Amino acid sequence: MIYLYSFLVCGIICAIAQIILDSTKLTPGHITALFVVIGVILDSFGIYDKIILYAGGGALVPITSFGHSLIHGALHSAETYGVTGLLLGMFDLTASGIVCSIIVAFFLGLIFKAKD
Amino acid sequence: MDKEKYKKLVDNCCPKENVLINTIKSFFIGGFMGIIGQGLIDFYSCVFEIPTKDAAPYMTITLIIVGSLLTAFGFFDKVVSWANAGIIVPITGFAHAMTSAAMEYRKEGFILGIGANIFKLTGSVILYGVVAAYVFGLLRFLMFGG
Repeated sequence: MIYLYSFLVCGIICAIAQIILDSTKLTPGHITALFVVIGVILDSFGIYDKIILYAGGGALVPITSFGHSLIHGALHSAETYGVTGLLLGMFDLTASGIVCSIIVAFFLGLIFKAKD
Repeated sequence: MDKEKYKKLVDNCCPKENVLINTIKSFFIGGFMGIIGQGLIDFYSCVFEIPTKDAAPYMTITLIIVGSLLTAFGFFDKVVSWANAGIIVPITGFAHAMTSAAMEYRKEGFILGIGANIFKLTGSVILYGVVAAYVFGLLRFLMFGG
């Protein structure tokens, strides 16, 4: 059942992005930045956690989960360290993704050349 | 010719994209990516014998590496032109943006090329994500205490 919900949730998020992309003049860069902020807002109301509970991977794959992890890590460490914790724990959960993509991008950029 | 006439002329000549077909395509490809994500989570939690919650970072890393490799070999642009948002919105789009920036600016040198431009496209995602997370996190922390 979780696979069906994964399919539906991830599909709907991508379909919304496609509708915005086609009907406005926004570029994919605008869309990804917008969706990260949407993820943050949904998680600050505790909605995104519930979506993840039912949809699993379907909610973790789209870029909205990046915003979710940012605010989640920040609030989690704020429980221990107070307001400073927001700064300390911001990248706690997303660090793996960001660091991995920086390292992979750097070494692939060294090896491969862009096609014209 | 005034501007409005010119704009109308351009609009008529531009190929019209079929919004409905694009949306359905994005829905199915995005949904398929979601199934792959959940499948990877189940796979890793089974292989490494860890709870599903801890397996999510492994899934993210796998998708990032796949997205970056596809970009490096030049397949990603072909997939994007066919799948549109279905492959941009998942985390593979993030990896693609970073790898393509690194490859593009490689020829301008290490510091002013790759170093200055690797975040050219993904910087907006990280910037607005962090700013929004800080503002909303602070609001929630002050109002509800975490």
